[in-house]
Amino acid sequence: MNPPERDEPSGRRAREVVRRDEPHRPAAEERRLLAATWGRRPGLWGWLTSTSHQEIGRRYIVTALVFFVLAGIGALLMRLQLARPENGLLGPDLYNQVFTLHGTTMMFLFAVPVMEGFAIYLVPMMLGTRNVAFPRLNAFGYWLYLLAGSFLWGASLLGIAPDAGWFSYVPLAGPEFSPGKRADVWAQLINLTEISALIVAVEVIVTTFKQRAAGMSLDRIPLYVWSVLVMSFMVVFAMPAVMLSGVFLALDRLVATHFFNPFEGGDALLWQHLFWFFGHPEVYIIFVPALGFVSSIVAAFTRRPVFGYPAMVLALVATGFISFGLWVHHMFTTGLPQLGESFFTAASLLIAVPTGVQIFCWIATLATGRPRFGVPLLFVLGFVATFVLGGLTGVMLASVPLDLQVHDTFFVVAHFHYVLIGGAVFPLFGAIYYWFPKAFGRRLSERLGRWQFGLLLVGFNLTFFPMHQLGFDGMPRRVYTYLPGRGWENLNLLATVGAMVIGLSVLLFAANVMRSLRRGEPAGHDPWAADTLEWALPSPPPVYGPLHLPVVVGRNGLWEPGAGTTFVTGLDPHAREVLVTNFLDADPELRETLPGDSPWPLVSAVVVAATFVGAMFTPWAPVIGSVPLFFALLAWAMPEKEEREEAREQERQRQAGAATP
Amino acid sequence: MTRRRWTAAPSLLLAALTAGCGALPAALDPAGPQAARVAVLWWWFLGVCAVVYLLVVGALAWAAWRGRRRGARRGSPQSAAPPAWADDPPELSADPARERRLALAVAGAAGATVLILIGLLVGSVITGDALAGARPEAELTIHITGRQWWWEVEYPGEMASERVITANEIHLPVGAIVHLEMTSADVIHSFWVPRLHGKIDLVPGRTTHHWLAAERPGVFTGQCAEFCGHQHAHMGLLVVAEPPERFAAWLAAQRRSAAAPDTAAEARGLEVFLDSSCVLCHAIRGTPAGGRTAPDLTHVASRATLAAGTLANTPGHLGGWILDSQGVKPGNRMPPNALSGEELQALLAYLESLR
Amino acid sequence: MKAAALLLVLALAACDREERAFRALPPGADASPAQQLSPLVPGPARPDPRVRNPYGANAYGIAEGKRLYVWYNCVGCHAHGGGGMGPPLLDEKWIYGSHPEEIFASIAEGRPNGMPAFGHRVPPDQIWKITAYVQSMSGRVRGDAAPGRADSMHSLKPELLREARPVEGDPGVMPR
Repeated sequence: MNPPERDEPSGRRAREVVRRDEPHRPAAEERRLLAATWGRRPGLWGWLTSTSHQEIGRRYIVTALVFFVLAGIGALLMRLQLARPENGLLGPDLYNQVFTLHGTTMMFLFAVPVMEGFAIYLVPMMLGTRNVAFPRLNAFGYWLYLLAGSFLWGASLLGIAPDAGWFSYVPLAGPEFSPGKRADVWAQLINLTEISALIVAVEVIVTTFKQRAAGMSLDRIPLYVWSVLVMSFMVVFAMPAVMLSGVFLALDRLVATHFFNPFEGGDALLWQHLFWFFGHPEVYIIFVPALGFVSSIVAAFTRRPVFGYPAMVLALVATGFISFGLWVHHMFTTGLPQLGESFFTAASLLIAVPTGVQIFCWIATLATGRPRFGVPLLFVLGFVATFVLGGLTGVMLASVPLDLQVHDTFFVVAHFHYVLIGGAVFPLFGAIYYWFPKAFGRRLSERLGRWQFGLLLVGFNLTFFPMHQLGFDGMPRRVYTYLPGRGWENLNLLATVGAMVIGLSVLLFAANVMRSLRRGEPAGHDPWAADTLEWALPSPPPVYGPLHLPVVVGRNGLWEPGAGTTFVTGLDPHAREVLVTNFLDADPELRETLPGDSPWPLVSAVVVAATFVGAMFTPWAPVIGSVPLFFALLAWAMPEKEEREEAREQERQRQAGAATP
Repeated sequence: MTRRRWTAAPSLLLAALTAGCGALPAALDPAGPQAARVAVLWWWFLGVCAVVYLLVVGALAWAAWRGRRRGARRGSPQSAAPPAWADDPPELSADPARERRLALAVAGAAGATVLILIGLLVGSVITGDALAGARPEAELTIHITGRQWWWEVEYPGEMASERVITANEIHLPVGAIVHLEMTSADVIHSFWVPRLHGKIDLVPGRTTHHWLAAERPGVFTGQCAEFCGHQHAHMGLLVVAEPPERFAAWLAAQRRSAAAPDTAAEARGLEVFLDSSCVLCHAIRGTPAGGRTAPDLTHVASRATLAAGTLANTPGHLGGWILDSQGVKPGNRMPPNALSGEELQALLAYLESLR
Repeated sequence: MKAAALLLVLALAACDREERAFRALPPGADASPAQQLSPLVPGPARPDPRVRNPYGANAYGIAEGKRLYVWYNCVGCHAHGGGGMGPPLLDEKWIYGSHPEEIFASIAEGRPNGMPAFGHRVPPDQIWKITAYVQSMSGRVRGDAAPGRADSMHSLKPELLREARPVEGDPGVMPR
């Protein structure tokens, strides 16, 4: 079938940028060449030097899930400690370390990286390209993240766990009240993970803007890709604020600058402004990609495109913008002027509108589609039911008078767990059930999945719903214990029981993954008959992605009539060539050769991490570290030997040899 | 006050609903006008949000049910099992009239969201203004300094001798608007007595203000709400609201220096106090003890709690606290003391006489 | 194996620095060192009898010492190390010795011409902390355990950036 008329220009342009002399090869031969070009070297060396987005995306996801479990164990310890008043399981010193580790790990080492990992894994496939725009940088980002996480947990096992909270308010985290290196560990961890987050953001933005399949104009980008694109822009604007504050804190602690010392012209509230200017968008950085998961799942499981594509995209973009205007609602109790507070109340309420629009659109999709209640869709339904509750308590927190009462109490703990677990973890589990067959070629068990969903829903509400009341009853956050006789015992015990149920649900999930990796039902390439381009690839997808780069003929990807019949041909399979298209219409512009695998991203990451760790002890560390880093970057950027002509020559000889007898 | 009755209507309804769960939580059982206004606002927010939640979840359930029916109509009527995925083609060409209706519905819902939010915003701002409205009329000013992990409370007087310094216990005359002027000596703390008002942070290098009033006599518990280190959990305080005349009597009593020891045991206790580590940090007006880094003990026996709301003020608790405060509140600033039985008894006798 | 050993060493070093010990000995409990005033002993030479400060490498202990230094009004005479009525604590002159047990003894027992004896009122544990802080004032503790700046007005470098100076007439300077 021919593509529709208006896509003709894209097809023509595509033919112009490709090599006209590229020989036509049988598919098997083309596959073999591509696999040889894009595949990694064998063994450990290949593993360490790999720059494949699939590999790195998977590593991000797996590493983040490991951190999720570690931080979850921390949460269980805290709930056990709070199960009864004046409990002696964890003393104040240990409890403070555990709750700081829990928050820091969940935010910086689980929630953001797992979303980034999905983006790195899925975006190139959904865009119909072979890898992200800067593959080595991508590997560098992952290594930094892994080193940062190992650094935090390694330091914690050595007894240097940060203990001033994931928000590290000064002066408590400052040099006078946090002696030792605990707060420095936190500050350097933040700096390392934020570099990694910025790298992923750059990858996603550039890949989305320049490497879309021919014909995938801006209005045909899948909603998931839109959501991670918005997330990436938020990362670019939010993360520098927290890196800045992290550097200020490290400087205050190490070389006695006075950024946060009110008695030498600094200000303790400066920290809060900088931190929350990052910290509020951070919540949406976690939540917006989850909205993309939901849109993907809803479309596939209702057998129709999500209703209101333009509204969905505009809502995502609006969420990104508005999320930068609400940070002060974390600071209503600091005694700011009232007029300013009212402005931030209005902004905080406003963000409910775009989120509401998306939820209404999904409901409309559900009502007019033919929903199939598989596990991913169950998680989506659970997401709406829990997230909306969290969103409504968020509306309450936006009101200054109400916030004065419930700020920094268990009410807030309940609120943000409803938003983050409801808004991000439920969709995340849905996404894992949805894309697992793509990544591993086998389905997860539906039966175990339903059990896991049920346990999570029940356990989650048991844990966090009672906390609303605890907050109103005067129980502040971040307390390692509480006195008996204030009526908090039963609800706390209930919350602890609920936390155990959540733990059970996560165990069940792990069992499901273990089981399905070996004995899961084979999935085929498209188990859900879904719309986005990754489902056209075999499962698990080959390292080079699509055999021929697809030409996109409509917004609904594989569902469009005529999809999968037009391809871009002529990219050289002997080199890591990708097609670069233009920003608006995705007309092919040129062929770009991506660099090959390299050990230097790993080496550079080790040097950078060592430099940051050294900077906890001496201000000379950046100077010393810059020397090896210079050479590592030099080696990184060194041009590779041109192997392509050699390989082409070999192929010609082989073909000639095959033809002669 | 018809307006107030009108605004309180939903709160009565919901109070009736929640009555089955036992007593109302502290913040919703207000004892002062500020907390009462917030509580009214809360009940309105709760009512509106509950309705919105039910509508959204109801719409979701309806949509799922409706979609399921559509799916069932399309599948074979005999088997309940859905068709294989590959045999379940996507529906691309939607009926334009239906899509238009859907767009209208979504736009309507979004519009309703905006209207509801505007309503909530107006309510919130009105309440905020009302909370600010009490400011100029304050009848009593109290200075509060947050310290790790206790509260220093000062009632300023015109003359130095009229100044009262106490700790962890704030007395107020019922009905008076009280102005709290707060700062911190170390890290950020947050002052919160849920039955009287919301919280306000105590920030080093800044002064923050709070205006509140108690409408009825009573003892209201409060607690530090901003994470402030090891003993954040045990940084409580009490607010005691009393009739004006009792408050005046209390203030007069607090202004007096410590009573001279009456008995031999008390005299010996003072001696122990002055000869041990106590004297380095604690003050007892009328004696040489003048430390300002720990709670003022001039009238320690008149206070209801010890260790910032952690222990009831009994001689047993006080003795245990003196010997091994780290066992009660690990990480606090009070060192342990090795006193002989006789010394401890004498010290307790003296401290208990400081009413 | 080597890596494990290295990790263990690191762990011990870090534990030492990061430990927060809350329960300690009350005043009067005997934790004060038996000070040896003469290097001469009968019989063969003994190993160095000098006592190690339990908080000499403990960041929390030194920070507590810094707080107590102000709370117990050491500032009143010694200022923030520059000296006033009392001798300065930043320089290389140590009238009564620069070793931890000597500093401990100066605080606990007092010294002629004005230094009060704090031993009866201040628990030994706190004296050790103050001793550790006094050592840090002249750069005589591990740099990674020394305090940073305080939240107050400043005229001096923070302790963690100070270098140890050699002590007059005492070649055995404590390593930093």
